[in-house]
Amino acid sequence: MYRYDEFDHTFVSARVEQFRDQVQRRLSGELAEDAFKPLRLMNGVYLQLHAYMLRVAIPYGTLSSRQMRMLAHIARKYDRGYGHFTTRQNIQYNWPRLSDTPDILQELASVEMHALQTSGNCIRNVTADHFAGAAADEVADPRPYAEILRQWSSVHPEFSFLPRKFKIAVTGAERDRAAIQVHDIGLHLKKDENGRLGFVVYVGGGQGRTPMIAKKIRDFLPEEDLLSYTTAIMRVYNLHGRRDNKYKARIKILVHETGAEELARQVEAEFANLKDTELKLPDSDIQAIAAYFAPATLPNRPEGWGNLARWKKADPEFARWVHQNVQPHKHPDYGMVTISLKPIGGIPGDASDEQMDIVAEIAEEYAFDEIRVSHEQNLILPHVALADLEPVYRALVAAGLATANAGLITDIIACPGLDYCALANARSIPVAQEISNRFGSAERQAEIGELKIKISGCINACGHHHVGHIGLLGVEKKGEELYQITLGGSGDEHTSIGEIIGRGFEPEKVTDAVERIVDTYLGLRRDKSETFLEAYRRVGPQPFKDALYGGGAQAAA
Amino acid sequence: MVEKVLTANRLADGISVWLDASGNWVESLQDAFVARHAEAVAALEATGKRSFDENKVVDVNVIDVEEVDGTLRPLRMRERIRAEGPSIPYAPGYNGLAGPKNVAA
Ligand code: HEM
Ligand code: SF4
Repeated sequence: MYRYDEFDHTFVSARVEQFRDQVQRRLSGELAEDAFKPLRLMNGVYLQLHAYMLRVAIPYGTLSSRQMRMLAHIARKYDRGYGHFTTRQNIQYNWPRLSDTPDILQELASVEMHALQTSGNCIRNVTADHFAGAAADEVADPRPYAEILRQWSSVHPEFSFLPRKFKIAVTGAERDRAAIQVHDIGLHLKKDENGRLGFVVYVGGGQGRTPMIAKKIRDFLPEEDLLSYTTAIMRVYNLHGRRDNKYKARIKILVHETGAEELARQVEAEFANLKDTELKLPDSDIQAIAAYFAPATLPNRPEGWGNLARWKKADPEFARWVHQNVQPHKHPDYGMVTISLKPIGGIPGDASDEQMDIVAEIAEEYAFDEIRVSHEQNLILPHVALADLEPVYRALVAAGLATANAGLITDIIACPGLDYCALANARSIPVAQEISNRFGSAERQAEIGELKIKISGCINACGHHHVGHIGLLGVEKKGEELYQITLGGSGDEHTSIGEIIGRGFEPEKVTDAVERIVDTYLGLRRDKSETFLEAYRRVGPQPFKDALYGGGAQAAA
Repeated sequence: MVEKVLTANRLADGISVWLDASGNWVESLQDAFVARHAEAVAALEATGKRSFDENKVVDVNVIDVEEVDGTLRPLRMRERIRAEGPSIPYAPGYNGLAGPKNVAA
């Protein structure tokens, strides 16, 4: 894992002290709200419906046990005993006092964490594949590049006041688990024919009110050009991005209005000037950062194979969990474990302080001290020996963390919605809970197979509804909540934006509607191997429209 | 006319508060002062502005409420949830904030 050097420590501590002074001046009345608000946002402090909210960055979703324990400690000491893991691999606390936030940030700094650039029109927390460094289908660990981007972008003076927020995601694998095509910049690490590392570069993806799939503007960018090329993109965006209209200010609109080809040309022109400047990454620098992410030495543990078979036979619940939540690791004696934060009927992404402590303990004992946060709001133990799966499972069961539903219909993404969020139109969490309860039986979920439901409480799309196989968007109609359904979205290497299927549903009807969609799928799929998404792509929306609105209905709201 | 109350979030801890008849910011909507005519609303607005300028509260708003069986109920769901807390049990010991049950329903 990356460790702060002297410079990082000094920088982060200085920011904490600066913020402490700002908070003090605010509380004493020396600073007015208008002056203070941008300052608090630069430090991750929002104001929500009930209280302030603190968003803490978890760079590329990687945590050590020590850091996870600190997150638990903060939940316990300064909040109400829980935190919310988000789709951007951050954690949000819902009840911190403004007056406590400098102390919280100081405690975070002691474990090399911060809340910088978790808000505002800057380059946000860089996200990465949550299986980075462990997945079998990866050419190289993408996190060193994410860390390089983080260092480069932190309080970068030129890019601190962009037209709008800016999100970068990186993956190093064939299968895209970082949803790179719905980010402002998506980087896909690969090797060229000579075995050199570099990136496929996508720009202009995004969700929000105008969802767009990113355009590929480079087939291969050598790794040493990462910063110069990214700078070139940022410059073109900074110069031409629509500062006149908040809703048109993201780079996706610029790409759309300019055209990907012309934009690529502008970027290349800028890049030509930057290519051989100090932004060029020396191999030694890349190696130095990569060394922090060198994989732990994983001893061979072949005894796991036999043990696992025996345990599975003895305990069908365990077998189900392994089948659903453990995926093959690049080392054959190991697995990648998904710890579901989606208990049946629970709040997606929430974890209590005790649960965080237990995950930290398990990671320390069995998982080489590494934890990840996935953009699907789950936690991951990337390196667990098959021989240790049984004790890990027992410990998770005891903490209510062994729900065997990764990738299934109850593994729902939901934003905080109107239960917390000041921008919301409708609630997300209770809808997620009701759907989860409706489909909670293990047999039924297994029968349905892979199906991703994603719920947002407003058009900002923090709950990724545009890329849900089934997406639910909360809107307000005549003062009441209403849920619009989209079908066929997907946030992977075959990204698609879901299509609105028809008029929306009231809160008490939306679960029935989802059930009807699922039943329709079960009735028309070729066989069990055809997933919901595949079936939808084959038959299109009509059978689902017919099922929801009766034959011939074309209503759209 | 629609009845109105004044709401805000306390500066130091961000907790939602409502203005009562003695000019104090209180944590329960049910203790709020209800403005029933234009002059009273104007007074609320003036108080809100002063409180904001004095750095006691932020995000000050006059909101619409109705009285149902002696209980104040905001017209908007958003404000009902602000008054009662998240509509779900979200942590041990927290089943919503102050205020009568089921206001959000
Ligand atoms: C609760 C306070 C939050 C506020 C005020 C907020 C605000 C926003 C806004 C305004 C946008 C739209 C940006 C645009 O289209 O230009 C947005 C997008 C987004 N937010 Fe949030 N959000 C919040 C919470 C969250 C949470 C909890 C998550 C993760 C679960 C999240 C993840 C995202 C993502 C993934 C997007 C869409 C990606 C994109 O920017 O295109 N946000 N948010
Ligand atoms: S999608 Fe809307 S309701 Fe949900 S967290 Fe984002 S801004 Fe809030």
